[in-house]
Amino acid sequence: MTALADPPAPVVSPTGRPPVRPRRSGAGRTLKAGPLAYAVLILAVLVSAFPFYWTIVAASRTNADLAQVPPSLVPGPHLIRNFEAVLAEADIGKALLNSLIVSGSITVGTVLCCTLAGFAFAKLRFRGRGALLAVTVGTMMIPPQLGVIPLFMLIAELQWVNQLQSVILPGLVSAFGVFFMRQYLVQSLPDELIEAARVDGASTARIFWSIVVPIARPGMAVLGLLTFMAAWNDFFWPIVALSSQEPTVQVALRQLGGGYVHDQSVIMAGTLLGTLPVLLVFGLLGRQIVGGIMQGAVKG
Amino acid sequence: MTLTASAKAVSVPRQPVLRRAWRAVSPYTYVAPFFTLFAAFGLFPLVYTAYVSLHRVELQDPGAMEWRGLGNYTALFGDEFFWTALRNTFTIGVLSTVPQLVMALALAHLLNHRLRGRTFLRTAMLLPYATSVAAATLVFAQLFGRDFGLFNYVLGLVGVGPIDWQSGTLTSQIAVSTIVVWRWTGYNALIYLAGMQSIPSELYEAAEMDGASRWRQFFHVTLPGLRPTILFTVVVSTIGATQLFGEPLLFEGSMSGGISHQYQTLGLYMYEQGWGFFHLGRAAAIAWVMFLLILVLVGVNALIARRRSRKEAGR
Repeated sequence: MTALADPPAPVVSPTGRPPVRPRRSGAGRTLKAGPLAYAVLILAVLVSAFPFYWTIVAASRTNADLAQVPPSLVPGPHLIRNFEAVLAEADIGKALLNSLIVSGSITVGTVLCCTLAGFAFAKLRFRGRGALLAVTVGTMMIPPQLGVIPLFMLIAELQWVNQLQSVILPGLVSAFGVFFMRQYLVQSLPDELIEAARVDGASTARIFWSIVVPIARPGMAVLGLLTFMAAWNDFFWPIVALSSQEPTVQVALRQLGGGYVHDQSVIMAGTLLGTLPVLLVFGLLGRQIVGGIMQGAVKG
Repeated sequence: MTLTASAKAVSVPRQPVLRRAWRAVSPYTYVAPFFTLFAAFGLFPLVYTAYVSLHRVELQDPGAMEWRGLGNYTALFGDEFFWTALRNTFTIGVLSTVPQLVMALALAHLLNHRLRGRTFLRTAMLLPYATSVAAATLVFAQLFGRDFGLFNYVLGLVGVGPIDWQSGTLTSQIAVSTIVVWRWTGYNALIYLAGMQSIPSELYEAAEMDGASRWRQFFHVTLPGLRPTILFTVVVSTIGATQLFGEPLLFEGSMSGGISHQYQTLGLYMYEQGWGFFHLGRAAAIAWVMFLLILVLVGVNALIARRRSRKEAGR
């Protein structure tokens, strides 16, 4: 692909050897991208973004507009009216508030639990550490969907069905989070720092709050972002545990799509409302999210 | 570290006993919050699913369990919709995973070049990952509409269609797969990009010295260097495909995955059995079948990967 796009190898240097290109050390090649590479990448960006644009177009028009041929491709004047219709029909306002409560608590809890455990796995020595870590990492491979039935029986037993804690408490568990924080701390927290604090007589708790947390903060922020997005977008468990009386945004969207509202533009308005908060987070902190995902990736 | 700890104990012999005991115990207090929740809401349900799958449990009274042995499983294997769901899960899995990973690889390769607006391009490509299954599916369901959908309109311009995306087996499965591909391609591209950046540049230099073309470099340096990353993405996407649920549920809004179950996946079939027909025990059996399926698929992947790397080593 790029072989075609890139200009042929530049002029041969006087010595006859191929010219040396500037390279980042240990970071792969950094060949310059040709026009075709840009064309393909921009096309990919357009494909990524188009459904969002279409959501805005459809959410700001009437159902009748959407049934026109050819369809209109620019936003119309009915956005506010459609928002009002959604708020009236599916109680999106309550759903947004619930999603905020659920995602917020899950984020704070997960970051805290996972930083504590990640620190212990990275820097403390205790019996059974290897086995516990292996269990944690091993279960990352098992889809949470498989535990949904006993989980449902459990919350039914506790009479938590339709209550937000039924979604929050299981969400506080993240094997990925523990693994992520462990990796982060192994790399960024020198043993010497802990040793020095120990020699100065600091307790482990003191070390955790005054040394580990400040150093772990960037990692905690990335884990927090990923957790927030995942919690906000979680679908399966909330629709099992909650209903229309106490919905999260995703539960409300399901009702909108489930043939309960027939006005396509209203459905799109609901979709837009449900997606906006996470898009906002993404717009502000996208760079960190990209960095976090690339950091969490398995490297060769 | 154990060494240094004991060495310190020697150098500071007057450390109080209680404090030393606390040192030994305190690490557990750091993992305790996680493991308490993990045991209750992560591990216990997973194991208990197997037990539930051997019982008759109805949604109306989940507390009452009646022993059924393997009855749920035999009922499952006798149900034609189970086999339909299994087949659909497989075909949708292939239709979504293969193009997704191939495109991600190509995009990552392009992103690995020196680019203007690098950060913008990477972030924009991850945008679909930020949407929820529900939102993405509702938008795509509209785009795939038979009468007024944008896709059919565009196809109409080139003289194709209109295609009834929902009622055909292949067309509906392509539509559902498109949603998955759209959401995950950028994410996988970033994972591949991270892998590509950790391939030492000396390998490329050496290949260039040997006169290898860009294509040959891609196939003989980049791809082998990415093997662990590729295996990782294949495993993760396989697991994702096996439990595909939200997309087929919301594509039309029904639990059956189309009138003739043409795009009902195992995940959706499980939901229909459990929360549509109230058979939680049967649903648990489906969950276990899915689990075993994942184990087999991951095992096969690992086996292929091992055999390939052994072959490489033998060369």
